[in-house]
Amino acid sequence: MTAVDLEPNADDLRRQGDRERWAMLGLASPAVLTVLVIMVLPVGWLFYLSFIGESGGFSLENYGRMLESKAYGRIFWTTFEVSFLTTGICVLLGYPLAYFFAQLPRRAAAVCMLTVLLPFWTSLLVRTYAWLVLLQRKGLVNTWAIDLGLWDEPLALVHNMTGTLIGMVHIMLPFLVLPLYGAMKAISGDYVRAAANLGAGPTAAFWGVFFPLSLPGLFAGSLIVFVLCLGFFVTPAVLGGGRVIMVSMQITTNIELFFNWGAASALGVVLLAITLGILFAASRLLRLDAVLGGGH
Amino acid sequence: MRWLDRPAGDTQITHRQRLWLYALAGIIMVLLVAPTIIVIPMSFSASQYLEFPPRDWSLRWYEHYLGEPEWLAATATSLKAGLLTMLVATPIGTMAAYGLHVSGHWLARWLFILLITPMMVPVILIAIGVFYAFVQLRMVNTLFGLVVAHTILALPLVLIVVGAALKSYDFNQELAARSLGASRLKAFLTVTLPQIRFSVVTAALLAFLTSFDEVIVAMFVSGGDNSTLTRNMFNSLRDQIDPTIASISTIMIVVSSTALVLAQLFGRSKS
Repeated sequence: MTAVDLEPNADDLRRQGDRERWAMLGLASPAVLTVLVIMVLPVGWLFYLSFIGESGGFSLENYGRMLESKAYGRIFWTTFEVSFLTTGICVLLGYPLAYFFAQLPRRAAAVCMLTVLLPFWTSLLVRTYAWLVLLQRKGLVNTWAIDLGLWDEPLALVHNMTGTLIGMVHIMLPFLVLPLYGAMKAISGDYVRAAANLGAGPTAAFWGVFFPLSLPGLFAGSLIVFVLCLGFFVTPAVLGGGRVIMVSMQITTNIELFFNWGAASALGVVLLAITLGILFAASRLLRLDAVLGGGH
Repeated sequence: MRWLDRPAGDTQITHRQRLWLYALAGIIMVLLVAPTIIVIPMSFSASQYLEFPPRDWSLRWYEHYLGEPEWLAATATSLKAGLLTMLVATPIGTMAAYGLHVSGHWLARWLFILLITPMMVPVILIAIGVFYAFVQLRMVNTLFGLVVAHTILALPLVLIVVGAALKSYDFNQELAARSLGASRLKAFLTVTLPQIRFSVVTAALLAFLTSFDEVIVAMFVSGGDNSTLTRNMFNSLRDQIDPTIASISTIMIVVSSTALVLAQLFGRSKS
């Protein structure tokens, strides 16, 4: 046979391959359609609404208000403050914990890991409620601390920034520990052993070799925590007691109390822009697929 | 206590030098688990104030919960929404994961990103968007609306969990089945699916919990007869500390730990 005879066959195959690629893509269509109709279209509509002023025409007043009003400035400041502090505390607590897990034999690590997975799988509302009960004036923490003589008067541990941070750190910690543990497990022990062989003490081997290698995992985990914090609602609403107002809570107020869709949408759009901006900036620094565990 | 002086890692560090790390990790692990666990005995307290340990035990907060038709209706709604979300999100998510994995099309990558965006977009924005759309479509306070909205929140998890399983699965097995005459669907159902079933079950459980535990979307689009358990809990938390919530929390903890245990059991048998 000559090459000429094979050509129609090759064309056929290519067409068949194309058809199959499209057919397989088609399997995703129910999911894609649902996301498009239920999320993308409505959010797009909100984007449009955010540019409609009270007069009903195009206007930037919803965004202008954010720049002028001191109240809005404070809300954004609080949102960033809570997110930064939560992420910072999570790093301080989560790094040693993930390191501890990574040093354990696999079986022991799996058992200890349950202490991270159990809260991770438990309803966020239940955990927030638990902290509300524990931290209130006559709650367990105050009672025990006074009995032990740690402090004399019941402290205001909840309905303020302290309570919000305690609750948020508790909820966010698994989001930091899980990816960080994965990253630490992927670091070959050979590097640290090599450092030790070459005369590095435990401290030098850790800071000089292990820690730098674990940084991408730490970065990924912190990024997830920070971004999730930015849009947080339930925990600050319950444990903040009205003293900690974050962007998502202001959005709810704008709709539930004032029916002001324009203002709420503008806040939502800014929140989304900040979130996506941070994720985009981060994806330039590291492969986002690796963080989210998907992609091809 | 000789083990204290044995090397503890890849360097010459001993367990004794690491005691602080063990203590710190221990404290953090206790702090992670204790607050949730402590609610359970508290819910059996007889007093108006939640005590630990309770001085007198009673089931009064459970009776209170069971005697309130509103709470029971909300529980039924949450269970229904969770199950339906699971039944919708798992198949369409698995189909999407399979399709996007097999198709070598350049669009597949972008569709994957689109399908996991509900995880990255702040939930509050999705909630008010869905609310706005449902107001126009008269779908507010319907179970159908709630399930569709929860489905998009569950899809990213299904896609990621099942997608990861497909990546580690050897597709030559499916090709072998097809070259022996099985149709694509039959090859998937009889060869591929049994091998990724543990991940599919995990994904289904996650989808159920995503809906069952969801607060913000439910706050906007569920109400009246179709109010969810979490929505009612959240509303009563804003007012006062009702001990009935402790009994409901205990039930919710039992539901999620059951899901976790199931996932661990299924996940374990994979390796």
